[in-house]
Amino acid sequence: MQMCVDPDGLAGLSWWLCYLTTNTHYSFYLSFGTILILIFLCAPVVMVLGFAGALSRRSRFLPLRTVGLIYTSMVRGVPDIVFFMFVPIAMDQAIEAIRHKVKCPEVTAPIFQGNDFVVCTAAKMPLSATDQWVHEIYGFFLALVAFAIVFGAFAANTLHGALAAVPKNQLETARAYGMSEKQVFWRIHLPQMWRYALPGLSNLWMILIKATPLLFLLGVEDAVYWAGALGASKTQIYDFPHGDWRIWYFSALLIFYLLLTSVSERFFKWLTLKVTREHNLNTDDLSSGVTA
Amino acid sequence: MRRLIIAAFASAIMTGSVFAASDMQKVRMGTEGAYAPYNFINDKGEIDGFEREVGDKLCELAKLDCTWVKNDWDSIIPNLVSGNYDTIMAGMSITAERDKVIDFTQEYFPPDPSAYVALKGAADKVISGVVAAQKATIQASHVASTKATVVEFATPDETLAAVRSGEADAVLADKSYLEPIVKESNGALIFVGEDIVIGGGIGIGLRESDGELKAKLDVAIASMKKDGSLSKLIAKWFDGKMVKY
Amino acid sequence: MSCADTFANYALRAIGIGARLLPKSDITFCEQVVLIGSGMIWNIYYGILAIMTGFFFATALAVARGSERQILSKSAEWFIFIFRGSPLFIQFFFAYELFVLFPKLSIDIPLGFVTIAADTRWLTKAWFGALVVLFLNTSAYSAEIFHGALKAVPKGDLEAADAYGMSGFARFRRIIWPTLLRLAWPSYTNEAIFLFHATTLVFLSSFPAWRQKGDALYYANYLAEKTFNPFVSYPIVAGYFILLTLSIIMVFSLVNRRLNRHLEPGQRSKIKYRPQVILTR
Repeated sequence: MQMCVDPDGLAGLSWWLCYLTTNTHYSFYLSFGTILILIFLCAPVVMVLGFAGALSRRSRFLPLRTVGLIYTSMVRGVPDIVFFMFVPIAMDQAIEAIRHKVKCPEVTAPIFQGNDFVVCTAAKMPLSATDQWVHEIYGFFLALVAFAIVFGAFAANTLHGALAAVPKNQLETARAYGMSEKQVFWRIHLPQMWRYALPGLSNLWMILIKATPLLFLLGVEDAVYWAGALGASKTQIYDFPHGDWRIWYFSALLIFYLLLTSVSERFFKWLTLKVTREHNLNTDDLSSGVTA
Repeated sequence: MRRLIIAAFASAIMTGSVFAASDMQKVRMGTEGAYAPYNFINDKGEIDGFEREVGDKLCELAKLDCTWVKNDWDSIIPNLVSGNYDTIMAGMSITAERDKVIDFTQEYFPPDPSAYVALKGAADKVISGVVAAQKATIQASHVASTKATVVEFATPDETLAAVRSGEADAVLADKSYLEPIVKESNGALIFVGEDIVIGGGIGIGLRESDGELKAKLDVAIASMKKDGSLSKLIAKWFDGKMVKY
Repeated sequence: MSCADTFANYALRAIGIGARLLPKSDITFCEQVVLIGSGMIWNIYYGILAIMTGFFFATALAVARGSERQILSKSAEWFIFIFRGSPLFIQFFFAYELFVLFPKLSIDIPLGFVTIAADTRWLTKAWFGALVVLFLNTSAYSAEIFHGALKAVPKGDLEAADAYGMSGFARFRRIIWPTLLRLAWPSYTNEAIFLFHATTLVFLSSFPAWRQKGDALYYANYLAEKTFNPFVSYPIVAGYFILLTLSIIMVFSLVNRRLNRHLEPGQRSKIKYRPQVILTR
């Protein structure tokens, strides 16, 4: 805005208008979008990992079952914060180390030189020469993967429980009708499972929302980071000096989260009602089919 | 571990863009962005401050194509050694402990005394009471080794908030960071006790395996000292502070 | 320094006993394990106290939520909504900012044999302030579980109690409460586990560490910063937490067995309450 060029002369409403439309404030507003993008991108990945975990836990093949069990028990054992503290940096280094082996086989110097982690320029991920926004996207991507791994394990727990909760007689009835194991799974077991999985999954969604303030641990400039940075008191060196306003910025965050969780809660209540109704219809069909 | 904290708007390529970018070495410069006047995020969302200006000048002299990257203080060294950026310019004093893990160029800022700040009317003895300091700073380890009770906060801002609220009796931090704050507090905050020199001067942190880059930057710093431009920048950002190189 | 010396110096460092200065350079693996282990004292302290106190408040909240009196049920609902609907991280921030504002008052609490001068300044210290937040938080989550279980108590049980002429508190204490616990226990076990996990947030957020006394994550953070290597100290915390979780599961399943001891083995699975909430924050 034109009037914002000289902030020192501003007062009252125009000061506020200019203050709230600085680039840093736009970053703050956008960071709410970052949270939403993260949870919406994360959800499908979490479901895929969740199914992989749940199905491998049910596998007849012992090593696979063990892997599934370890993965699903992990979240119960280790706090997500601790996990976020070192896994993303480990993933980053692992990717670069693999790229180093592939892209620069001629380099014989070790990757770990004392404290330094040194890979050749071509193995950098992303390359040092790429634009900053690529680095940002990559950082966001690592955060997304870290979130998905942790919450995928939660989902696996829920889905495993739900698959086990489907009454055995339903599956046996389906088999008696001559369905193959595959058909039983896709036509009966999976559709019936949703009713049992839904409470857990809706809860997982809430957990995911409430875990997003930890994004800053993963190096993403999220709303918590900006609320802290903008709210901190500013001296005259800044265009808009002010005292410690963190409490107001965090209030905005609090309201955002309360809104997001209450809207989600309503949505899941509606969905549960819907699924339960359909489920009842399905069982009726099934049982009437049996008796007929 | 906080990985990269990345500046959304500071992404433009800095000084290097006037030259043909392709044949210049690209360097990623890590900083904290929360330590005015050394480095901070201005209202435009760019990294600004003394170190930004010196860094850009050094890159120009050394013919480097530099990009600025923000990173949280806690993990600023781990992210350097794992290669997420190539230099640290974040008001980091040269200390023996740090020198074991990373390399430093020659100093671009002389040893800055640390000072205690307390509320108006406080006596000098508060420096052996409850003293706030930022986590993982030389000041925090200094206070831990004195008789005082150390209280650690994540950001320098919170340490001052603690003094204002009476949680802590005093705060120990770099004097040049505290000076503008004390000045603008309208007498509410005062310096107490005597200044102490804890760390060495401030240098650019680099990976130990990056000898070539270190040499280039050392030459550039030396030339800025020689022609007096570094002293001028120090005077500009630190309220007329006179340093003779 | 041998590992035994390290143990003597740092095993109780988190509560201020032992060496005053933390290790600064040439940090050994033994020092990392001992120091982080000493930090676990705080995680266990927060977890146990918050759960024990939160349990009773949660029961009260659950009953209030199901109450026919609007004012009771509405206020319980709002309390639960605010604490379950917002991230714990933000709750810690607000709590600290609020506690700092409290005027410095001292209240004498006579405990019969000794009088304690309770100080509002305690609230700004992690040992008390963070405990208050965790207590409120776990109460809200547990209340939601108990509320769900309360609704699932079989009608027949209540009718039988009525038939025996039980009413009011006796009916609650002897009929509803035991069934409620039995139904809620599996989810409540989860809540306990995740509450222990949440204790790692205490020093990460607003509460400052005094005299470098902190929890396991605080020391892991310190050591990662001193050794410039996150791949040793954080996995140590993870290891400690796996052990802690296993012990919680053990204790809770012992209680579970006691809660269900009157049932035949085959009968135990009969009462099924599918929890609408598993929890973390």
